[in-house]
Amino acid sequence: MSGAFTKSMARNIFYGGTVFFFLLFLALSFDTHSQLPKRDHRADITPQVAEGKKLWEVNNCIGCHTLMGEGAYFAPELGNVYKRRGPDFIKAWIASQPTGTPGRRQMPNFHFTDAQLDAIVAFLKHVDSINDANWPPNDQG
Amino acid sequence: MQYKSQAVAKLYFIAAIGLFAGQILFGLTLGLQYVIGDFLFPAIPFNVARMVHTNLLIVWLLFGFMGGAYYMIPEEAETELASPKLALAMFWIFLVAGAATVLGYLLVPYATLAEMTGNNLLETMGREFLEQPLPTKLGIVVVALAFLFNITLTVLKGKKTAISIVLLIGLWGLAVFFLFSFYNPVNIVIDKFFWWWTVHLWVEGVWELILGSFLAFVLIKTTGVDREVIEKWLYVIVTLTLITGIIGTGHHYYWIGTPEYWQWWGSIFSALEPIPFFAMTVFAFTMVNRRRREHPNKAAVLWALGTGVMAFLGAGVWGFLHTLAPVNYYTHGTQITAAHGHMAFYGAYAMVVLMMISYAMPIMRGRAANSNKSQVLEMWSFWLMTVAIVFITLFLTAAGILQVWLQRVSDTPLSFMDAQEKIALFYWMREWSGVVFLIGLVIYIISFFVGGKEEKAA
Repeated sequence: MSGAFTKSMARNIFYGGTVFFFLLFLALSFDTHSQLPKRDHRADITPQVAEGKKLWEVNNCIGCHTLMGEGAYFAPELGNVYKRRGPDFIKAWIASQPTGTPGRRQMPNFHFTDAQLDAIVAFLKHVDSINDANWPPNDQG
Repeated sequence: MQYKSQAVAKLYFIAAIGLFAGQILFGLTLGLQYVIGDFLFPAIPFNVARMVHTNLLIVWLLFGFMGGAYYMIPEEAETELASPKLALAMFWIFLVAGAATVLGYLLVPYATLAEMTGNNLLETMGREFLEQPLPTKLGIVVVALAFLFNITLTVLKGKKTAISIVLLIGLWGLAVFFLFSFYNPVNIVIDKFFWWWTVHLWVEGVWELILGSFLAFVLIKTTGVDREVIEKWLYVIVTLTLITGIIGTGHHYYWIGTPEYWQWWGSIFSALEPIPFFAMTVFAFTMVNRRRREHPNKAAVLWALGTGVMAFLGAGVWGFLHTLAPVNYYTHGTQITAAHGHMAFYGAYAMVVLMMISYAMPIMRGRAANSNKSQVLEMWSFWLMTVAIVFITLFLTAAGILQVWLQRVSDTPLSFMDAQEKIALFYWMREWSGVVFLIGLVIYIISFFVGGKEEKAA
């Protein structure tokens, strides 16, 4: 680096550049939030969906599964599982865990009530309805 | 050691290494569960082991950052730490809180833990990396504030170097962006949107300032290159980091319900994110080439060069590999992501903490550098761990490419589990690489207990 470019110039570019790009990021975030209602179908977030999200969280489902591609990569993507499997299969599957097949990845049994299973399905149905730019590429997730 | 109070860093470093070892043991457990699905089930299900693995990583790096700051700031500010007692108290609080949290994960079902720890008051748990119970999250805030108070006060009463200022901005940013972990709206899209304000703005934002600052400090000390030159580089690097990394957050906003324009913003800016890492590599090599002294601590210099190279490969190259939206459409949430995560965290953050420990620990133990014998062992551990992480990354990348092909690109896509079975070979190879990593780590720990002829303190 040449002598003409001094430390204080570098410092000023650092502060100026950071502030500029952070403000740009805030502006983009603001715009995103004004567009989200069209995409996230928030009117459909019923208390049952909220309950499902809470069950999703307090059982740490994200510790094995992905949801819209985020989470752990140990078990299938569930952002589109509603379309892939349908509500009855999902409930039956969760209730029948663990499979106990030797050597196969195991999911714990969480002892959900029927109402809780319905809430989880309602949550997964809502996630499936979100406009996420056609991800994943196919039903397999 | 120029200032007595720098010695508080020692405890932080010891804890960091201990937790690092725990992280690796749980990593090996997870790797085995990938191929022997019912290994340790139901005692330690995968999600629990993963939580322990990732949380230990975060906590040991935080211990390393705090220890590094406590060591470096008095020397930079040329004054004793504002309150060594506060630093010691916070150490024990953080360690006990961390240990209690891990025990909570391991001993109690997660839902029960949530119930017991007040998750109903404020629902923050069960989101990736932010799984900590509410009291732990609050504890992190308290410890972070006390720590920031302590080092900020030290800088304010002493000399304010560019290295200190960049570190302070990084650490304050770390604390501020952690606050988003308390925000968990019921709308999953908004939840995910702000979750990244903690996760991305940490690792691809403010943490890089901490990394740059530590690297600059150790380079000044070990090469003797003029501070003006090094600090100018530092400013350029952190400028590049933030002007690419902040908007680069957009590469997480492709497929979570956010507008499509993020595919452009995210692709363009995150494609530039390797540049600051490349600058860091060039920085480290240039400074070492222009060195005006031969520092007896060769191991510390090796870690400094290593972190430059590996951060560029892991965060820069492996990040770029899947960051463009059309590519990410296929790779999102696959083993490609896992491959990138492993090398990026090791190269950028694990290695920079190990560099700080390598430089500071001998001085805190009353010598300029460890004995040749000890340094040779440490350098063996460097190569074993680094080569092992390269192979972990390569095998996971191979697994990821096959996974994408079998599950997403193929005309007859397989289900997730069918695809997983077909790529098991690569998971086995990853696990064996993990064993090599563990051997490297054991040698690393042994290197602290090897005597021999030591360089006297300067």
